[in-house]
Amino acid sequence: MAEIPVLKIGDCLLVSIQIDMHDRLAMALQDDLTRRIVADRARGVMIDISALEIVDSFIGRMLNNIAAMSRVLDAVTVVVGMRPAVAITLVELGLSLTGVRTALNVDKGLALIRQAIDEQGGSFARRSL
Amino acid sequence: MPVEASDVLSLRSSDDVVRARQAVRAKAVEAGFGIVDQTKLVTAASEIARNTVDYGGGGTLLIEILREGARRGVQLTFSDNGPGIPDVKAAMTDGFTTGGGLGLGLSGAKRLSNEFSIESMPGKGTTVTLARWNR
Amino acid sequence: MEAKSMTAIPRLLAGNEQALLDAWLDSQRKSGTLRSGQISEAQLGNDSRRLLAALSEGAASGKVDDIATPAWDHARNVLEEVSRSRAALGLSPSETATFVFSLKEPLFELLRRTANGDPERLAHEMWTATLLIDKLGLYTIETFVNSRDAVILRQQQELLELSTPVVRLWEGILVLPLIGTLDSARTQTVMESLLEEIVAEGAEIAIIDITGVPTVDTLVAQHLIKTVAAARLMGADCIISGIRPQIAQTIVHLGLELGVISKATMADAFALALRRLGKAVTENPRLRPEQ
Repeated sequence: MAEIPVLKIGDCLLVSIQIDMHDRLAMALQDDLTRRIVADRARGVMIDISALEIVDSFIGRMLNNIAAMSRVLDAVTVVVGMRPAVAITLVELGLSLTGVRTALNVDKGLALIRQAIDEQGGSFARRSL
Repeated sequence: MPVEASDVLSLRSSDDVVRARQAVRAKAVEAGFGIVDQTKLVTAASEIARNTVDYGGGGTLLIEILREGARRGVQLTFSDNGPGIPDVKAAMTDGFTTGGGLGLGLSGAKRLSNEFSIESMPGKGTTVTLARWNR
Repeated sequence: MEAKSMTAIPRLLAGNEQALLDAWLDSQRKSGTLRSGQISEAQLGNDSRRLLAALSEGAASGKVDDIATPAWDHARNVLEEVSRSRAALGLSPSETATFVFSLKEPLFELLRRTANGDPERLAHEMWTATLLIDKLGLYTIETFVNSRDAVILRQQQELLELSTPVVRLWEGILVLPLIGTLDSARTQTVMESLLEEIVAEGAEIAIIDITGVPTVDTLVAQHLIKTVAAARLMGADCIISGIRPQIAQTIVHLGLELGVISKATMADAFALALRRLGKAVTENPRLRPEQ
């Protein structure tokens, strides 16, 4: 079974979904990412879905789960590159991506992660004083 | 209503769900659908195909291109001989799920389609028919 | 198979093509087809010759009662060309169809001469010929209508593109000035292209200006709301500007929640967009041109 590669850039993990995933692969990705966030002490997770032609409720659930798990592990999740047709369909489908931040592309996604981490770090620092 | 083309697929595994998506996409392109209509149809198909595999114990998908005057549409018929749905009305409400999903499968697919019908009886299997027309 | 053996038309056409052509041209001249001067004698001769040859070919190799079969492909092509060239010359579709129908006169004359005094036979052949030529004449009208429809479609497309430009107001800020009445189909198309532009430009803010839109109904408002939601899902934000008092009233009256920031003027929307992106416009007197 093919695996989806997870790359590490600094304290961020980057996943680029290039293929039409079947459900087992999506579950494997979810598990793999969670494991890696802990193993690599990642502060940010970026999921690039610019190659995805379809995001259905299963994939949506996967994205929400990843965001929820990473939040528990003190990491920020950003989904980038959603195609217009996919966005329009998701709105029609009624699917909301809770706890998932989105950005137009990888560059903006990284900037968003940095900004979010700084915000969290800032508030934490204030609390501990 | 004349049927211009048709395709039959078996839905037994999650690989078949992927294959079904691709086959539906191909037929939608053949019927001259724009990218948004294609995406909505394939997403609806993905939802129901998954239901057929996960809850229906596997089944079949019939893809047909229909023609009505100048318009063309794609009709999908999913059938299985699984346990059936006891309360179809409840199953069609948003958020209803017996399997830990988001509960958007049936109701979501209906929202993405121009026509949608479902026949299901406990012990008699389920048939879902949905169609989308070219704008 | 039966039709072929039951009609002498294919044989007669093949054996009398030149004579038929001469008779046809003669009768067309007499009927005053060339009087208007829209079509030249040479052109008329050419069209007639080609059509007759194609007719003979189609009849010889195929059924005479179905011109949709492959054997009649060439004949249909000739009819299409004739229909188009005559439309370009300013002739009406009826005039073109009449041109085809006028072949009946010399053809019936030929049938009468070769009938050998058999009225039953003659009546049958004339009916077969009538049906065939009627189909051919009607086909030219169909071609005319189809090409008209194609022109209309193309013009609609061009109009749509003309009236919905997406403008890059600043780096990262797009403006979509909507003009005119919006119907459901047009709104959907326009919104889709806005979202495509957002991706292409990497623009985080899109200003949708509806100053030029006289009325907004529920359907259009819903499309706007869905587009804003889709843009958010993608990682961009929308600001709606140019909401006139009447439209504001309609929106409230319809009980719609826009769920998006809206500003009265595009200028206000632009100022807000700049602030959001952390940019500001400052005054620098030294930049003014020397008086």
